[in-house]
Amino acid sequence: MSGDSKYFARGKVAELRAELNNDRKDKNHARKKITLKKIVANMTMSNNDMAALFPDVIQCMQIQVLEIKKMCFLFLVNYARMKPDMAQNALPTLIADMDDPNPLVRALALRTLSYIHVREFVEATVQPLRHLLRDSDPYVRKTAAFTVAKLYDHDRVLVEKSDLVEVLNSLLKDDNPTVVANALAALMDIWERNENIKLTIDRANASKFVQILPDCSEWGQTYILEALMQYVPQDQTESLVMAERISPRLQHSNSSVVLTCIRVILYLMNYIGDAKEISNLCRKLSPPLVTLLAKGPEVQYLALRNALLILQRRPEVLRNDIRVFFCKYNDPIYVKVTKLELIFMLATEQNIEEVLTELREYATEIDVHFVRKSVRAIGKLAIKIEPAARQCINTLLDLVSTKVSYIVQEATVVIRNIFRKYPNQYESIISTLCEHLDSLDEPEAKAAMIWVIGQYADRIENSDVLLEDFLYTFADEPVEVQLALLTATVKLFIQRPTKGQDLVPKVLKWATEETDNPDLRDRGYMYWRLLSTDPATAKHVVMGEKPPITAEAEKLDPLTLEEMCLNVGTLATVYLKPVQQVFRTARPKRLQDSPALVRERIVDGFGLPSPQIMVQQQQQQQAQQQQQFMMQHQIHMQQQQDLGSQIDDYFAGVGSGTTVTANAGQFATTNPFAMVPVGTPMDGGEGGYVVNQNAPQQLVGGDLLLL
Amino acid sequence: MLSGILLFNQKGENLIFRQFRNDCRGHRLSDVFRIQVISNAQVRSPILTLGSTTFSHVKHENIYIVGVTKSNANAALVFEFLYRLIALGKSYFGKFDEEAVKNNFVLIYELLDEILDFGYPQNTETDTLKMYITTEGVKSERAIEDSSRITMQATGALSWRRADVKYRRNEAFVDVIEDVNLLMSAQGTVLRADVNGQIVMRAYLSGVPECKFGLNDRLLLDGDGLTRPSGNKGGQKATRAAAGSVTLEDCQFHQCVKLGKFDTDRIINFVPPDGEFELMRYRATENVNLPFRVHAIVNEIGKTKVEYQVAIRANYGAKLFATNVIIRIPTPLNTANISTRTSQGKAKYEPSENYIVWKIARFTGQSEYVLSADATLTSMTNQKAWSRPPLNLSFSLLMFTSSGLLVRYLKVFEKSNYSSVKWVRYMTRAGSYEIRF
Repeated sequence: MSGDSKYFARGKVAELRAELNNDRKDKNHARKKITLKKIVANMTMSNNDMAALFPDVIQCMQIQVLEIKKMCFLFLVNYARMKPDMAQNALPTLIADMDDPNPLVRALALRTLSYIHVREFVEATVQPLRHLLRDSDPYVRKTAAFTVAKLYDHDRVLVEKSDLVEVLNSLLKDDNPTVVANALAALMDIWERNENIKLTIDRANASKFVQILPDCSEWGQTYILEALMQYVPQDQTESLVMAERISPRLQHSNSSVVLTCIRVILYLMNYIGDAKEISNLCRKLSPPLVTLLAKGPEVQYLALRNALLILQRRPEVLRNDIRVFFCKYNDPIYVKVTKLELIFMLATEQNIEEVLTELREYATEIDVHFVRKSVRAIGKLAIKIEPAARQCINTLLDLVSTKVSYIVQEATVVIRNIFRKYPNQYESIISTLCEHLDSLDEPEAKAAMIWVIGQYADRIENSDVLLEDFLYTFADEPVEVQLALLTATVKLFIQRPTKGQDLVPKVLKWATEETDNPDLRDRGYMYWRLLSTDPATAKHVVMGEKPPITAEAEKLDPLTLEEMCLNVGTLATVYLKPVQQVFRTARPKRLQDSPALVRERIVDGFGLPSPQIMVQQQQQQQAQQQQQFMMQHQIHMQQQQDLGSQIDDYFAGVGSGTTVTANAGQFATTNPFAMVPVGTPMDGGEGGYVVNQNAPQQLVGGDLLLL
Repeated sequence: MLSGILLFNQKGENLIFRQFRNDCRGHRLSDVFRIQVISNAQVRSPILTLGSTTFSHVKHENIYIVGVTKSNANAALVFEFLYRLIALGKSYFGKFDEEAVKNNFVLIYELLDEILDFGYPQNTETDTLKMYITTEGVKSERAIEDSSRITMQATGALSWRRADVKYRRNEAFVDVIEDVNLLMSAQGTVLRADVNGQIVMRAYLSGVPECKFGLNDRLLLDGDGLTRPSGNKGGQKATRAAAGSVTLEDCQFHQCVKLGKFDTDRIINFVPPDGEFELMRYRATENVNLPFRVHAIVNEIGKTKVEYQVAIRANYGAKLFATNVIIRIPTPLNTANISTRTSQGKAKYEPSENYIVWKIARFTGQSEYVLSADATLTSMTNQKAWSRPPLNLSFSLLMFTSSGLLVRYLKVFEKSNYSSVKWVRYMTRAGSYEIRF
């Protein structure tokens, strides 16, 4: 071990400079090496002063020792941007190196040069790059392939004016699989960043890429599989054959190969009509997904999030595998929570008993967030699986009897939803709920309990007393609870006028005169007028029929689902949110039309797409048809010159990275999985059914079990 | 793809920072990660997206390894790469922790420059990389033919193997290592039992050997290689397993294995890398032989006492023995004192971990041992019931596979036609072996 840690310490610029310029005899440049190591260490330790050493470091670059050279290059890559003038002195060395007989040196020089975001460097790269793209050594060619993408990143106009992209295209015919894979990845990189570029892969090329797959490195296989998403099958046998041919990749030990392969197979399945073939392919997808659960927890998490997604698109996948998702005690919390969601999705009437035993177990674990979700899941299962409702409710009551405050509160919230779903069936448990009134201290649970009291004011013997207890702290409650109290009081009055007549005027007065909240005030006035003008209508409105609730609302809408499935294995699948919502700059992806495309995207459990979506689809199809005319037989990039979008952002700074859009901890607002607000506008306590989008317990991204 | 790679120690000091794209700059990034992840105890996800920047991190030993990406990157690739970086570090430095990073930071920069280009992972095979990036300093003045050989290797179809490997004795060691996972309910029913197997090979073979590897895999033995493992077909499989073959639910292979061949005729064919590597991983869920059966009775007597009766029985043959059997029996958080009696091994209460550790150094097959214990509890102010985490086991057991998997043959073909010696070892370990009570 070389033991460089002693150089890993803060140093002063002046001292380091003196050390570098020391003229004493330096055998094998040993002292220079040490000094450079110190400088490299200081670069990392958030120390920008090192840029002052620029001239001295450039001096060292002349020394023909690869180790020294590499350190100087690293320095250059880091600081060239800060001192572009100074950096230019390094240019001749780099350019000379690109003619070095040693391929490793040529590639190193090219790689370094193209990292530097300085105009002179970028311009100086173009000429040598042309030669190096045709270098005799594959290692240089594969480096050159990425250089084109790098240059495009620095200055897209420069690249578009040159023929570099065409030369890059020609590398796709290279004999060396690594070169082909890198060239494809570079093309995809360019494609990703400019929406005016079209990238089509025809059948012959796709077939060729699949053929070289086994000869590529694992990363190369991933790049090729990613590129295959640009291949649009023209008939159904073609796509089936392709899917069969890439399916051996599912056995690869690298999870990015496996997940990307799953992505491509799922994509190709859109172009396969035969139901039997589809279910054959589905069956192939389950085992590799489950096997990923033996990997590190991060990959497990990713696999689970993707399983949630795939399950919505192809419910056949994983159908029989619920047990593998049971939590291990030591699983990290993010894995556990996602497993819980999967268990919920895979629960059926057949396995409900097993599932409930499992959830009951989770509900006694230590992590509060996880416990709450487990309780919620039990409640949601009661709504999802009708025949099992009784069993679920018994489990809930069992949990309520533990008297743990947060379990009771969570159970209260879900039981309220169960009442909504099954009116007049389980009201006998109200009395059990009422025993735990005192332990309610969270707004959501309080609001839920108050809703129950208001809704069943005529059945709960002492409803007025209970309500009065809550009203005692009316002024101190959050709005959510105040609204619930207001509505519950009105309901009490409507159902039992004698009991409610004292309370109603009092509450209406508070709500209208002693509050600053416009919602509360408006609702107060509305009730007031309603009650004073037409009590019959008031009853009709307040106690009116409520639309049914379901447990299916957490599913993604078809369009989002389609796009997500084209992104299997990417970051967006962790968040399970529309890609552009999280990554504004991401290029949108859609299924491309072709004679083979099967347009039955509505999976069971979904309603018809809303008219709005249909329109969008039609527009989209039209757009796609227009694109059809431009289909190329050769893989080819088409650049439609769109001047507007080609603003030279040469030295523009980095895009603002300050606003928090998708922190895992901040998923509260606009969560697509939150249950659709179903409350009738007049029925006050409804805040409850949207169930608090700001609930503090939503810590992990895109929770499905929001309810 | 990756815009940058950062390494931090536990204090949040940035040890390594390398950017690969223009969209990732400055030290602000490392500050963000330090504040948002390292010093934030609330973090519950390995992925954090702020604005358009995503931090994907893995914790290893005492360092954080972080990949920074912009836009919607392939997350599987990012994590797989971070794992690979750790593996590379371990193979280069023996260990990949803060000390190793500080001792080798220049080399790490060099490696990063080599294995990532524009943020796209390139060749990450240790064997190839070690040809030109070494801990003994770079051999800079290298013959050009040498370099060409390296570049061919780094881009070739056999990127994981050098051609000029020579051994006087040609040997190959195969280790079949199984992690058996069990989750048993308090009633003694098996909620889930499966095996995660791993076949690790140490190949010390000269030249470019072609290996053929055979297992007692049901699909291969039955010759119906074309139907792939699928759903549960029930009884049919059980009878086959009894006939000495096992059903692998799924397997994954090292990149040296020709997947196409496996897909068509279930033959495992490969040119191995030199030295140690993981040839395959597999999963089996049927007919799992559980090496140990645990029966636990735990009674809470009033609020001040808990009584334990734990019996453990070895189900494997009397000639075998397991080593390092450790049974961890959870105790309530307010345990004050514990008295234990065991028929074998030693039991000790670990107050910091809240369990009784019962260790049996050597556990012969077919034997049964008992532990009984009493825990005295202190009174507690909070009413919360004890969550009763599951009891868990660790052990290792040689010459036994829970799945029943056996290596049938390993054939080595090389053009010089040398003879080689092959060794096979089997071991079963506890993965997550949990028993509820």
